[in-house]
Amino acid sequence: MPESGPYEVREMGDYRVVLLEGEVDLSCSPRARKAILDSLESGCPVLVDLQAVSYIDSSGVASLVEGFQTARKRGLRFALVAVSEPAMSVLKLARLDQVFEIHPSLQEGIASS
Amino acid sequence: MSGGVDLRLRIPASAVALKGMRREVERAALAAGCDEQLAARVVLAVNEACMNVIQHGYRREPSGELLVEVRHAGGLLTCRVEDSAKPADFESFAPRPLDEIRPGGLGTHFIAEIMDECVYGHLSGGRGNFVEMRKKVT
Repeated sequence: MPESGPYEVREMGDYRVVLLEGEVDLSCSPRARKAILDSLESGCPVLVDLQAVSYIDSSGVASLVEGFQTARKRGLRFALVAVSEPAMSVLKLARLDQVFEIHPSLQEGIASS
Repeated sequence: MSGGVDLRLRIPASAVALKGMRREVERAALAAGCDEQLAARVVLAVNEACMNVIQHGYRREPSGELLVEVRHAGGLLTCRVEDSAKPADFESFAPRPLDEIRPGGLGTHFIAEIMDECVYGHLSGGRGNFVEMRKKVT
């Protein structure tokens, strides 16, 4: 994916699935934030797939937190799925693994609704 | 500098410069004896320190510059970031309580959580600011 390109968003049934990948840092987190907030804007529940994330910093985590807060305000479901080990390590450091709804896979995230 | 400098890197105050910086810091941390997990955490801490400078010190003005240094001696890894931005108000750097679920303010928490010691200061003559972070490497 080119660094300036958008993150992929898939429609899966009622869901929007935002696929983040690579290094979600200060240069990319505005695009992650836009993909997440635009998906919530559609009024659909949103799952964020972090399987291919090799690195995430506090700006990337902030995009997830903003999505979480926006979804809660709108009464929409927001969950993280297939969280990579590097991303999970950072979420744990922020104690956010206890805040976000997290599922081991996309399929389990959808099935648990 | 006791033990010598393992890495000295000047980067522009730009978000796109961080990726290359992370590669270099990771390499230096691994060479200093950090395992992969610790090296990844040290990289995160240094990245957050640089982000603070880019976002708050230089206010995203990319003409600024950062100096990143890594050295290790006597089982201690020291990472230092210097800038030439206006003198910072370090009182405002306190990490926020983690039970406040909001988007910002995690960077200083990450640094404090990962590193054993973190010292912020002003460079002499009003030349800028520094943050020096230390971590025992076993």
